[in-house]
Amino acid sequence: MQGRRLPRPQLKGTMEEIVKQKEPHIVVKDLTMAYGEKLIQRDLNFTVNHGDIFIIMGGSGCGKSTLLRHLIGLQEPAKGTVCYGGKDFWASGLDEREKFLRTFGILYQSGALWSSMTLAENIGLLLEQYTELSASKIREIAALKLSLVGLAGFEDYYPSEISGGMKKRAGLARAMALDPEILFFDEPSAGLDPISSRLLDDLILELRDSLGSTIVVVTHELASIFAIGNNSVFLDGATKTMIASGDPKIMLEECKDPTVHAFLTRSSLDKVTT
Amino acid sequence: MQIERLGDGVLVVRVSGPWKIGKELPSADEVKNEIEKNASVPAVAFDAQKLTAWDSGLLTFLIALINFAAEKKIDVRRDGLPEGVQSLLKLASAVPEQKVAAKAPRAFFLARVGGAAMDYGKATVNTVGFIGEITLGLLKMFTGSAKLRWADLILTIQECGPQALPIVSLISILVGLILAFVGSIQLKMFGAQIYIADLVGIAMVRAMGAIMAGIIMAGRTGASYAARIGTMQVNEEIDALRTAGIPPVEFLVLPRVIALALMMPLLTLYADLMGIIGGMFVGVVGFDMGLREYMNETKSALTLTNVWIGVFSGFVYGIIIAVAGCLRGMQCGRSASSVGDATTSAVVTSIVSIIIATAIITVLCNVLNI
Repeated sequence: MQGRRLPRPQLKGTMEEIVKQKEPHIVVKDLTMAYGEKLIQRDLNFTVNHGDIFIIMGGSGCGKSTLLRHLIGLQEPAKGTVCYGGKDFWASGLDEREKFLRTFGILYQSGALWSSMTLAENIGLLLEQYTELSASKIREIAALKLSLVGLAGFEDYYPSEISGGMKKRAGLARAMALDPEILFFDEPSAGLDPISSRLLDDLILELRDSLGSTIVVVTHELASIFAIGNNSVFLDGATKTMIASGDPKIMLEECKDPTVHAFLTRSSLDKVTT
Repeated sequence: MQIERLGDGVLVVRVSGPWKIGKELPSADEVKNEIEKNASVPAVAFDAQKLTAWDSGLLTFLIALINFAAEKKIDVRRDGLPEGVQSLLKLASAVPEQKVAAKAPRAFFLARVGGAAMDYGKATVNTVGFIGEITLGLLKMFTGSAKLRWADLILTIQECGPQALPIVSLISILVGLILAFVGSIQLKMFGAQIYIADLVGIAMVRAMGAIMAGIIMAGRTGASYAARIGTMQVNEEIDALRTAGIPPVEFLVLPRVIALALMMPLLTLYADLMGIIGGMFVGVVGFDMGLREYMNETKSALTLTNVWIGVFSGFVYGIIIAVAGCLRGMQCGRSASSVGDATTSAVVTSIVSIIIATAIITVLCNVLNI
């Protein structure tokens, strides 16, 4: 079953920006994901344009995080391709893949800060890895990134010494270390209180507008989906494929699929079908 | 509980008093027996007017009864039950069938044996691949392009070298003592106590020093490597390294392998010395040997070859422990229990491999007449 393509939303900004926004950034074609013989999702087709905030949604256990792992090069597709700027990620050589990785910033679900390093070292490691900057300059940048997420002064703290919400923000600071072209967020609001989660949404919008990054978010938080998303794909665990895609707000109004509708309106599935 | 039969054959179950878990509750079997006795029961009804309290105890009784009635195609009239009970019963039976993939049926015996053998094959390929990655990492290190931080290496060396000295001292001295005591019982019969020095010296230096140090380090350091890397796997830290373009093998495994490969020979020498001191204590205090006498005897018994064999064994064990610990850590699943499994497996793998390596080295030395 093919996902229904919904109309794209109105574009804002200057002509030049609009042209850039329309350019496809990530193109996923006929992607099939599987662990060994266990099929997770099949026949996924979608395009993420420059400057999109793209939401990957669906019920628990339907393969959202697995799709993210495919997008960030942690898992090879069983079938199909993932292209960045027209180039196939998995068909590229190791060096080229590293270049792709250089343009990614990833916020993992648990923060995934390297526990043996301080926050400044966590951010610094990426800069050491990809740039020739001096140690003092690296520290300066690390301090800047931490202050952007409201953690100024925490440079020398270890991940175990800060709270869960702070870890998430520090993880975001690390994801932004290299001013990435694409930011991936795995369930950014999981474990955050409503206020922090709202602040994070604002921060995501801010990042898109100021840096022009493309942003991919895995979430099932309805408030976030409608607040920030302008494009999306809906994965269904039962049919093991995508059942809708496009702007979540339009999807809410127009998509007739009972599962999607129940998900987006937070209603019981029975009530929709009967 | 009372069971009553109405004129039209309907069975009325009267429940009274408190029906709560922890009290002696009547079993559903009584009602079942009653139904079986009377061939034609069109329906079961309930009367709960005298029921004072209820919880899951009543519900399980009712569900057992309802399931039985469904089998016998007997109607169950629930309207005599309290409202709360009725709605819970409805909820319990209304759970939609989960779309769970049917578990594959248990395979035929030979198929299972074959599957297990193939798993072993895969595991071997995995291990060889891992060792290959480490080797490539080492080569890259020599050309200076490996992503390894020297500060990490020094910290790791400190953790597995100097910090292990107290425990290695204790165990080695005790092993030296034990060897001396056990040997002395036999040697004393021939009046040859002086050979305690030879026995302890050669045994410690050639094999026991390295083995004891290896076993201590497997339990102490190998386990900690597996737990550390396993926890990083659970926390997605390893994924974060990969997506940062840093190969985890170069960044995490290489420093640990190098540290243990460097430190184990030194720890072996240290363990040898401590073992000899332990033996000397027994000789001097227990058998009235002179300190110098004991030392001279040890010196004349030992050859440099013995020392080299011990040190070489230590080096091999160091690599085995580090590789086993890191491999199990990297293979760790994504739950707390799998970290425990990884740690256990790391220690078992290390110790088994150490013993096998000892056997191989001993046989080789024998064949080569060393």
